[in-house]
Amino acid sequence: MPLFLNDDQTALQDTIRDFVAEHAPVSHMRALRDADDPTGFSRDLWKQFAEMGFTGILIGEEHGGLGMGHVEAGIVLEEIGRNLTPSPFLTTAVAAVTALTGGYPDQARTWLPRIAAGDALFALALDGGPKHQPVNASLRAEPSGNGFRLNGRKQFVVHGHVADMLIVSAVTGGRPGEEAHFMSLFLVSPQTQGVSVEPVRMVDAGLASTITFDDVEVAGDALLCQVNQGLDLLGTLNRAGGVGAAAELLGVGGAAADMTLSYLKQRKQFGTIIGSYQALQHRAAHLYSEMEVARAAVLKAQQLLDANSPQADDAVSVAKAMTSLATTLSVQEGVQMHGGIGMTDEYDIGFYMKRARVLAETFGDANFHADKLALTAGY
Amino acid sequence: MTDLDQFRIETRAWLAENCPPEMREPLRSDKDVCWGGRNYVPSSPAQKDWLDRMAARGWTVPDWPTAYGGGGLSPAETKILREEMAAINARNPLNSFGISMLGPALLKYGTEEQKLDHLTKIAKGQIRWCQGYSEPNAGSDLASLATSAEDKGDHYLINGQKVWTSYADQADWIFCLVRTDKTSKQGGISFVLFDMASPGVSTKPILLISGNSPFCETFFDDVQVPKANLVHEENKGWDVAKYLLGHEREMISGMGLASSGGNPLIDGAIATVGLSGGRLADPLLRAGIALFEVRARAFGAMSERFIDELKAGRAHPAQPSMMKYYGTELNKTRHELMMSAGGSDALEWDSDRSNGGAAARSWLRTKANSIEGGTSEIQLNIVAKRILDLPS
Repeated sequence: MPLFLNDDQTALQDTIRDFVAEHAPVSHMRALRDADDPTGFSRDLWKQFAEMGFTGILIGEEHGGLGMGHVEAGIVLEEIGRNLTPSPFLTTAVAAVTALTGGYPDQARTWLPRIAAGDALFALALDGGPKHQPVNASLRAEPSGNGFRLNGRKQFVVHGHVADMLIVSAVTGGRPGEEAHFMSLFLVSPQTQGVSVEPVRMVDAGLASTITFDDVEVAGDALLCQVNQGLDLLGTLNRAGGVGAAAELLGVGGAAADMTLSYLKQRKQFGTIIGSYQALQHRAAHLYSEMEVARAAVLKAQQLLDANSPQADDAVSVAKAMTSLATTLSVQEGVQMHGGIGMTDEYDIGFYMKRARVLAETFGDANFHADKLALTAGY
Repeated sequence: MTDLDQFRIETRAWLAENCPPEMREPLRSDKDVCWGGRNYVPSSPAQKDWLDRMAARGWTVPDWPTAYGGGGLSPAETKILREEMAAINARNPLNSFGISMLGPALLKYGTEEQKLDHLTKIAKGQIRWCQGYSEPNAGSDLASLATSAEDKGDHYLINGQKVWTSYADQADWIFCLVRTDKTSKQGGISFVLFDMASPGVSTKPILLISGNSPFCETFFDDVQVPKANLVHEENKGWDVAKYLLGHEREMISGMGLASSGGNPLIDGAIATVGLSGGRLADPLLRAGIALFEVRARAFGAMSERFIDELKAGRAHPAQPSMMKYYGTELNKTRHELMMSAGGSDALEWDSDRSNGGAAARSWLRTKANSIEGGTSEIQLNIVAKRILDLPS
């Protein structure tokens, strides 16, 4: 398989690019922000996404989806990133769908058609602290009757305030240091007694919640995997989420680079177009290089994930780390090269910087993934 | 099973049987590299076997037509061959400017006679080529070159000097840019081929900071070159040169990734500073290596994409400049890290255990990566103007 989009994928990209740019450009996000919208995104738009089939892009045809892969999901995410569209797409249509597809058939039959139809939103309650740690003991689930009792806290639960269902990681046994062998994943309704959801406005104007679980009783069939066997499914979920966040970062960084480039071509100082100065040309060309390298890394990871390759895990870490580095450069250069106007709220480039920072932390930052790669390589 | 799956299985089996174990070891120094040519002396029987077996199948140049000594493989098959070679850490059977630079240019611009004669010999490693581009006053600004070729009816009479001619002293033939018209800058250059044994050709190695002399000064004093050795049309050598430069940049950009077997950077760091709790005991060195590895692996994907796009005829013509820039800067970073990881061991210059100062000499050699084939700054200029369309 060559490492560029095939004709079908390019056609899909054209469709999605037009749709997102028309229905949810940056002004859409700005309007929601200015209105201090308590939902933080447009449910109407989400329904339109469903009507177009986008929400079911990774869902099998037997469940009402399109049965496509991570390359295609990434095409949607890149456009979401490019337009800074607030959307539960990454958490619901990518990460949750992947987890449900890898879980029990009953749960897949229950939830996947509803996600495809745009009727169910999912949020991921995975991180117990401010840094991504797939294995952490901040939430424990003890056996209780035929089910479990959950106690603890999760934070940075994006869209947790509107989710119909939470995917919650929990430690189900073992002593400190042994958590990795006792991880489980649960499906928990936020309506369950003992669950309290506190939304917080983030720097990018999106909402993420801190969720407290206080003696929350769930039945045995809330498990998404065999008890204590959740690490594999958690890995699957994190790979899908990681490569998805990388694709969205690509959109954010790419759009910021485009804005900067077009500014360099029109802004005059000392009577000269500033883009003719070699100092700025070299920085723009370097930025282009970093973004292109990141783009290749993302497609490579998506293709390996779709092929179920054993190399996919490393490739996702490379993609997430590389896009975090490249997009961070892109938004920083964007603000700097725009000069004073780049610091104003009125101009959009600052929104890109804020969104990039949030996505950089989502599913692990560049340091997390570089560390993971190093451990896998034995150093 | 598809034909490609079948091809992969057969290729894997053939490589398993025919690639000698010694040819799956990492290169220890420049001496392990096979360049072929009239004066080729194999460094081991295994090296000779490996070259002969691969050349017999046309797999030194797998995607060239079989009529010119190639393997006649499709892009997809070529990719599979490369993957299967990488999987067993197989060394490159033949390093050759003929393969990476002249060959593609002859395939595009050469006459049938030129292709049949030269490409076949390149594929078998019989003729070693060097490149006569740079001059004392024409480095990155190649259009200023002054070496003259005077029309003498059936031949050109060539006079002038080239510099930084890689391995000129060991090469059999040279592909050379010469001036056939003084009134036009880029429009007065022609591309000719000639035997380095021709009367009037002399070379003088240049001693570098690495202590090695891979580059030479090359002098032409009334060298007679038959007109049949002109490639493409007279005064249109710039087209050939530009096309070839793209391939040269692609080759240089890939040098940092061409290592086979293990990871000398990581292995070296573990050997000098050790592990603590599964992590390298020097946390800053570890972080430097890990972030470098992220970029290097991502660039590996970029190289793969670039080759795929090139084969599909959809690569931007200036993309080799980006690849060259990024790849060479990465390669310099890798060698800085290798020196740091090696500590005082890596400083040894001529001891046996350092393999003749291989690490230090390689480190110094990489500093030329961002100069040769057009400096990093020239590549950034090209990207800015030709890809990003920034104004002059």
